[in-house]
Amino acid sequence: MHFSLSDEQKMIRDSVNALLAAQSDSAAVRGAMASDSGIDHALWSALSQEMCCCAIAIPEAYGGLGLGQVELAIVEEEIGRHVACVPFHATASLAVNALLLAGSDTQKQRWLPGIAGGDTIATLAGAHFARQHGTGSARWQRDGDGYRLDGHFPLVSHAHIADLIIVAAGSETGTALFAVPAGTAGLSAQKRATMDQTRAQGALTLNAVWLPESARLAQGTADVLENILSRAVIALAAEELGVAEAALQMAVAYTGERRQFGREIASFQAIKHRAADMMLKCELARSAVYYAACVADASNVDDRNSAGALHDAASLAKAYVSEAAFFNAGSAIQLMGGVGFTWEYDAHLYFKRAQSGSALLGSPALHRARIANSLLGAEEFAA
Amino acid sequence: MNIHFSPEDEAFRREAAQWLTDNLGGRFAALRFRGGPGDEHRFIDERKAWECHLASGGWTCIGWAPEHGGRGASIAQQVIFAEEYARAGGPGRIGHIGEGLAGPTIAAFGSPAQKARYLPGIVSGKELWCQGYSEPGAGSDLAAVKTRATQDADGHWRISGQKVWTSLAHIANWCFVLARTDPTSHGHHGLGFFLVPMAQDSVTVRPIRQITGSSEFNEVFFDDARASDLLGAPGDGWKIALALLGFERGVSTLGQQMLFRTELDEIIRIARDNGAARQADIRSRIAEAWMGLTVMRANALRMLSEDAGADEQRAALVYKLHWASWHRNLGKLAMDVLGEAAELCPGEENAPYALTRLQSLFLFSRADTIYGGSNQIQRNLIAERGLGMPKEARGR
Ligand SMILES: Cc1cc2nc3c(=O)[nH]c(=O)nc-3n(C[C@H](O)[C@H](O)[C@H](O)COP(=O)(O)OP(=O)(O)OC[C@H]3O[C@@H](n4cnc5c(N)ncnc54)[C@H](O)[C@@H]3O)c2cc1C
Repeated sequence: MHFSLSDEQKMIRDSVNALLAAQSDSAAVRGAMASDSGIDHALWSALSQEMCCCAIAIPEAYGGLGLGQVELAIVEEEIGRHVACVPFHATASLAVNALLLAGSDTQKQRWLPGIAGGDTIATLAGAHFARQHGTGSARWQRDGDGYRLDGHFPLVSHAHIADLIIVAAGSETGTALFAVPAGTAGLSAQKRATMDQTRAQGALTLNAVWLPESARLAQGTADVLENILSRAVIALAAEELGVAEAALQMAVAYTGERRQFGREIASFQAIKHRAADMMLKCELARSAVYYAACVADASNVDDRNSAGALHDAASLAKAYVSEAAFFNAGSAIQLMGGVGFTWEYDAHLYFKRAQSGSALLGSPALHRARIANSLLGAEEFAA
Repeated sequence: MNIHFSPEDEAFRREAAQWLTDNLGGRFAALRFRGGPGDEHRFIDERKAWECHLASGGWTCIGWAPEHGGRGASIAQQVIFAEEYARAGGPGRIGHIGEGLAGPTIAAFGSPAQKARYLPGIVSGKELWCQGYSEPGAGSDLAAVKTRATQDADGHWRISGQKVWTSLAHIANWCFVLARTDPTSHGHHGLGFFLVPMAQDSVTVRPIRQITGSSEFNEVFFDDARASDLLGAPGDGWKIALALLGFERGVSTLGQQMLFRTELDEIIRIARDNGAARQADIRSRIAEAWMGLTVMRANALRMLSEDAGADEQRAALVYKLHWASWHRNLGKLAMDVLGEAAELCPGEENAPYALTRLQSLFLFSRADTIYGGSNQIQRNLIAERGLGMPKEARGR
């Protein structure tokens, strides 16, 4: 058993970390937050084109690196650590996993090389679990030799800058997934103002969008969508792990400098014990994320049991790490006192990123309910 | 990175599981799932016999080097054996203090003669050990021990003092005792690590009744008792005492997790049967318990991974705090799932305060966050060793 990073995996981690440390410092993040697109274009080129990070989970046959969900998680973790403003999760996890799990060979050939090369920003609309409210929806119907889509999604990760949007839509006959290029008639996306400004979101409207047969992903069913989301949830949890760790480091550094009552505040046991709890959450979060990523890499989504194990592991990672990141980011503010509450210090960036990460793709409560259904049967809440 | 056991390891798993199934029948059948936390005072003679039987199959001390009588099993195999042992319902091991603590310490610090003297008795399951660290005045602050060791005219070491909370002292053949060789010393200095036979008049063991009504731990009085050996040199006691605490490495805790899983499974079964599984709050807490256990296992696998480095040491540092708190919360969850029925004792014969397995769990798990470094001490260690925060101030 080798449940630790290999040398190659450590290299990926170190080089992404070095890039982000150099190019995604506080000033750069604040610049991107205030920009029209909400992303850091120079950083995105470095990450996606020079370092080929979007190619990670894409098979070599489609121009990718042929690595897996563990390597994806490694990059996500660094992105969270630096609250980087890039459409990485949307592109490399949501859209890539959608194409990988639902696309035909032709569809993969069509879209994946562009993503792998860093030329295509992509995302997924309808990236939510069935029972979550307020996330919008779309309907599809046959129309001539193609399809017509209508709907609205108020919050789609990076929809306003995406070149390709995978849309999950419903109908009487079930869920289907469509690859919709930006610029398609009837498709419009606008950047939304969001509390977390480091993770840009767009509103997406589909108004009588017509698509040819070839746009419908061959394997796009509700079950497959759930598998896609489970993988995406693990990647998001990895990002939150980075947030949790950065918040801890920030708090330890600050409390080691700040003096009150004639001593560093880090010497007070109340502070030490809070920091210890933060470290415990980081370490368990790390175990949860990489355990889930290993399960995802080992899982065969065509097999029910294997898919069930994937869903359980994904929900575990998302629920656990969301709460860890929020606890740590909130604790960082508390341990820093007044400066933690300022716009100038970065604590709020982590706090807001932790909150958005927790809300997106299913809250901890939703994922705990998903686990409870798996353990106890889906006997829904008797009043 | 992966979380797979190799095919050879899986073959080892089948071998271990088969042996356990075959041997936990017949005269040992009554021992299945017995002698665990809160039940550890039961079936003592039968469990002693079981230790020897286990040894005859070559299943004690499997991780020890062959020259010490072990199999030289890899960490993965030790993990597998611990898991299968718990899954098969193997009874609580009364040899664990010898196998997990005393033995590895003697192997690391003992002279060839000492190894030859003590290790075979542990491997054969015939000689049981207990741990004489804590004293009335030295709990979390272990370096405050006052028990004295003096050399008599013949050069033999004599021990005087009192130990407390000594688990299984009433059945142990040996006790390893942390005592002061230099009467003028303080704190970590001037301590020795002694191996003391329990069968002598100058050693008195008094059971202490615990929260569970039973007595697993004791007070132990040494009144000029003879130590048969000093491990290392006078003054090495602290170094050896700490090394001992590091030996466990969590291998046995993985077996413990399998036990935890059977406890959680029982709670889930009850919740489904009595309808508690329909309450939203209970559902959420059961999910939370499952998450805590799954992440515990993942964390332990990280610690035990073959190429573990600094990253994995951090995982090890938080492990005790997590499992202890998790297990304590599981005890309360068990009671809440049972509701009023949690109050009813089974009332077995010869046992005025007999408890169900879950009642024992509920009560005994309150100790998990105290012994082996309390939760507060764990947090101090995490902050100081893991995060480099300032050390606690010491009083005089
Ligand atoms: C079931 C059980 C079995 C045991 N078996 C053995 C055994 O076999 N051999 C053996 O030697 N010992 C054994 N022990 C003893 C155990 O190791 C001690 O109980 C433990 O070290 C705590 O010491 P104490 O009980 O004196 O509590 P104290 O040290 O007095 O602690 C009391 C409270 O103060 C807190 N506290 C203490 N110091 C600090 C600090 N610096 N910062 C913050 N909080 C602090 C503690 O966390 C605790 O909450 C056993 C204990 C139990 C419960």
